[in-house]
Amino acid sequence: MATQHSRSAARLMMAPAVVLLLGWMLVPLIMTLYFSFKKYLPLRGGDLGWVGFDNYVRFVTSSAFWPSVLATLAIVGGVLVITVVFGVLLAILLNQPMWGQGIVRILVIAPFFVMPTVSALVWKNMFMDPVNGLFAHLWKFFGAQPVEWLSQASLQSIVMIVSWQWLPFATLILLTAIQSLDSEQLEAAEMDGASPLKRFAYITLPHLSRAITVVVLIQTIFLLAIFAEIFVTTQGSFGTRTLTYLIYQRVLESQNVGLGSAGGVYAIILANIVAIFLMRIVGKNLDA
Amino acid sequence: MARAVTQQRKIINTVLAWGVGLLIFFPILWTILTSFKTEAQAISDPPVFLFFDWTLENYAVVQERSDYMRYLWNSVIIAGGSTVLGIIVAVPAAWSMAFVPSTRTKDILLWMLSTKMLPAVGVLYPIYLIFIKLGLLDSRTGLVIVLMLMNLPIIVWMLYTYFREIPGEILEAARMDGATLKEEILYVLTPMAVPGIASTLLLNFILAWNEAFWTLNLTAAKAAPLTAFIASYSSPEGLFYAKLSAASTMAIAPILILGWFSQKQLVSGLTFGAVK
Repeated sequence: MATQHSRSAARLMMAPAVVLLLGWMLVPLIMTLYFSFKKYLPLRGGDLGWVGFDNYVRFVTSSAFWPSVLATLAIVGGVLVITVVFGVLLAILLNQPMWGQGIVRILVIAPFFVMPTVSALVWKNMFMDPVNGLFAHLWKFFGAQPVEWLSQASLQSIVMIVSWQWLPFATLILLTAIQSLDSEQLEAAEMDGASPLKRFAYITLPHLSRAITVVVLIQTIFLLAIFAEIFVTTQGSFGTRTLTYLIYQRVLESQNVGLGSAGGVYAIILANIVAIFLMRIVGKNLDA
Repeated sequence: MARAVTQQRKIINTVLAWGVGLLIFFPILWTILTSFKTEAQAISDPPVFLFFDWTLENYAVVQERSDYMRYLWNSVIIAGGSTVLGIIVAVPAAWSMAFVPSTRTKDILLWMLSTKMLPAVGVLYPIYLIFIKLGLLDSRTGLVIVLMLMNLPIIVWMLYTYFREIPGEILEAARMDGATLKEEILYVLTPMAVPGIASTLLLNFILAWNEAFWTLNLTAAKAAPLTAFIASYSSPEGLFYAKLSAASTMAIAPILILGWFSQKQLVSGLTFGAVK
């Protein structure tokens, strides 16, 4: 059907996008790899020669590395658990018959459209400020001592801010998935005397399993890369220095490009491991 | 009897869902409300919710002191420019994938999506260096290019899914009637694809508007968009809650409104079709 002519035309039309993305991927990647094998300090002597795998070893043996891995795991894990659990519950709730469903949906989705710097700053100052924040007022109202959220419970605070941003995403995807569930199946189970909990565990949850996997994979990729939320709240102090933030500090703040690039390579490998699983699901869907 | 039960359940659902919905929306509502208060009312103890003297003063002050319009304009140019440019590059690619698929189409598409997974921080210094060398640091042009490349995979993907739904027979008929490839795209395909292109435009505009890694790291004073403008409120201006709120409200209001229209595309666009 497609002629030789249209096939070569098609290839030509694909070229700009392919070439641009190939360049966007390869050029910086090769540069990062190149720097990662060098001692490179732009402000203190510049290129100081090849050092082999020295940067890779130094990055993982530095005292900041393991804390940053733990902070990353805590934030990614915490946000994933909160958004998936509450996302499932919210999706089920929003799928029930009610008045004003459309408006409730909008209210729930809204945080996703708030730019990260705004949500981080609003939470930091207007809610978590230990003197004038709304939480401080609330704590005082109940006679409790206000908490200095971002220093005393820094990781939990970041998890809370980021969860608020990503809960809408999880909810929306799970809601889309739940709407494709055959309601007759649920009714049949109800007739057979299955309790709501059993219906949830044996019908709804298995039906949602793939959507949950997708939510987990996509969010993991984005959550590994969160930056603005930490940049405007704690700047990486109080144990909130994630792997991403550590690399950022090495590269731009202390201008140790070799070391930071080695960290960058680790981050790229990590993200790719997650991406492989995600791409497999996407690929399967493309065939269908 | 059964009817009464459903009615009762519906009431419970409604109350519960509205409660949760308002709780989730509350930080946004609180920000909007605070933006109309005076600074004293904004930090008053106990907090005031609705019964205060509404004022527009904060908006005027934010605009006057920090030149809000310039940041807004930068945001519009960067988000709009990167999206439009991305669509111009992506339309031909998505067209050829959808209508002249080869055995490698799927691999190319998956590879494109996988570039989206590259962590930005891993290539921060190379991009930074390239920007310095090309004089693109703190320029809108530079950010337009970076954000275009960043969102290109999603744009190609979304357009591809929309194009694939257009029946190929229509294109064949046009070809039979002697339409050239250019005419075919311009007069047959484009009109049919307008809704798809519009929703792609919308979602990617939102994503670019809210992007907060490159916009924070590659701009200083000149090309900074609203994300960087708000970040500059981190301290000590951030302690002026009413002004912070006014600035925040102005930064998110346009996108909140656009976002309501893009709910549907959000799922397919951001999950690459893995959830339908």
